[in-house]
Amino acid sequence: MSKKRNKVKLEGTGFLGMFIKYAVCIILAILCIMPFYIMIVNATRDTYSIQQSAISLIPSNALMQNYAVFGEKAFDPLVGFKNSMIISTCSTALTVYFSTLTAYALVAYNWKLRNALFGFILGVMMIPGQVVSIGFYQFMYKLGMTNNLLALILPAIAAPGTVFFMRQYMLPSLSMDIVASARIDGAGEFRTFNTIVLPIMKPAMATQAIFAFVTSWNRLLEPMILLTRKENYTMPIMVSLLKGDIYKTEYGTVYLALTMSVIPLLAIYFMLSKYIIAGVALGGVKE
Amino acid sequence: MRNSLKRKSVSYAKYGYLFSLPFVLAYAIFMLYPTIYTLIIGFTDLKGVATNTWQFLDEPFKNFQKILTNKTFIGSIKTTCIIWIMNFIPQMLLALLLTAWFTRRKVTIKGQGAFKVIFYLPNIITAATVGILFSTFFGYPISPANAVLKMFGKESFYFLNDAWASRIIVAFIQFWQWFGYTAIVLISGVLGINPTLFESAEIDGATPSQVFWRVTLPCMRTILIYSLITSLIGGLNMFDIPKVFNNGAPANATMTSSLFIYTQAFTGTYQYNRAAAASMVMFLLIAVLSVFVFFLMRDQYDAKEKRQIRRMKRQARKGMTV
Repeated sequence: MSKKRNKVKLEGTGFLGMFIKYAVCIILAILCIMPFYIMIVNATRDTYSIQQSAISLIPSNALMQNYAVFGEKAFDPLVGFKNSMIISTCSTALTVYFSTLTAYALVAYNWKLRNALFGFILGVMMIPGQVVSIGFYQFMYKLGMTNNLLALILPAIAAPGTVFFMRQYMLPSLSMDIVASARIDGAGEFRTFNTIVLPIMKPAMATQAIFAFVTSWNRLLEPMILLTRKENYTMPIMVSLLKGDIYKTEYGTVYLALTMSVIPLLAIYFMLSKYIIAGVALGGVKE
Repeated sequence: MRNSLKRKSVSYAKYGYLFSLPFVLAYAIFMLYPTIYTLIIGFTDLKGVATNTWQFLDEPFKNFQKILTNKTFIGSIKTTCIIWIMNFIPQMLLALLLTAWFTRRKVTIKGQGAFKVIFYLPNIITAATVGILFSTFFGYPISPANAVLKMFGKESFYFLNDAWASRIIVAFIQFWQWFGYTAIVLISGVLGINPTLFESAEIDGATPSQVFWRVTLPCMRTILIYSLITSLIGGLNMFDIPKVFNNGAPANATMTSSLFIYTQAFTGTYQYNRAAAASMVMFLLIAVLSVFVFFLMRDQYDAKEKRQIRRMKRQARKGMTV
């Protein structure tokens, strides 16, 4: 009863406060969306009208005209799209599968080095591969694996952060009784993992798959130092080359190229944003 | 009975090794070995494009000496810190403000879910795309930013040619990409706090702002330190945005340490050895920060486990008295 009265009082006095809060949130929301909106709109406008007024909220009809410019330039959206898709999809599959398998090893079995491995994972989880890219490049160069997409895919097998997340999710949700009954039924350990553990881990795997895909799609440094042939370029490499002189006058085309580089990300985001936000919240608490 | 159980669990132990083997192998090959290799290159004369033969230097620490007295490298670390601070302080303040607003228990903001989704959007978009997009926005003489200046009757401004304008824009992009992430992380941290703490504070007559400063904020200590350290590690690796936005220009004003290492190793005279030495300096910094995270998380789990054990004991005691 007293709680209810309190609530009414607070809402009544806080009108100005609430107004400011909503205003700030709406301004921030506009700030977050506006750059992408301008990008997409300008992708449909021709260079001349962009030169006349760089900001417009109304799409135009020069999309195909802007696209036609790609034919003469180095930016080949289809090749970039294909390469990025191959790398991201394969890396995601490897990361999710092997991280779950490693987490299963950490949760389900009692072995001597179990705690040592978990401590190791905790310790190195934050160290990014980027910082040793010189050694990585030289190593791949020696193996003749520059310009080989596998050099960007295979490292995805070892993702300490994902293993950590999977372990934390698996601990409360996997009951060892199920595993034990599978053993009694005569299923091998590997089969038990694939047919019983994986389905239980589906929600966690989906969340981690989204983040693995986005991270892989966005990666710039490693592909840039390893891939030197144009036919191997990923989308972010192509985007990073858009600043060259040949594009200086083709504003509409630059905006279109930028838009095309993020289409899969926007598609994923609009379909799965609920899960992504939940995943961010979970990942942050790390519990 | 107990004996047979024990023997059974031992016989399964080999699967623990077997199933973690792919991870261990991949980590050893693609991360551990490159780390050692980077360290080794730091002591050699490896440079020049398409060379892979090298010798150890007569003075083993020469590359490290050179790099630690290199003005551009020291300057790049300073630049990294400046840009990180310019992005982190406003980012944290805004995230805390949003956390306070979004977790107030009685007067909630409607449409929180939608706001979170929108605030997080810039974070998933490719940094390379965002960098080029902003450099197009701040282009000279024709760009959206200059169109706004023109609207106010000002002359066109060459943003990318101005040291502080470039730094501020890079810092702003980082802020813009990460404030939503930080806010969501902090909000979920607050939602994880035991609600009875808030209830008892309210019963004691605390005002919402008192609750925030005296209850919420102290409880968020761990997650705040965690956010600080992870953001710092990310900041020390800042590469994509400065690379594509202005490639370190003008006059190295946006040359971060990662970008410096890249430029040393993969452009000009391809000084892999110097770049490797610089990488190891950065590696050391990041490793020290990681140790903090390690202890932070370990302590958190220890505390959690202790709580659980205490609870179990209490329940056991209760069971005995009843």
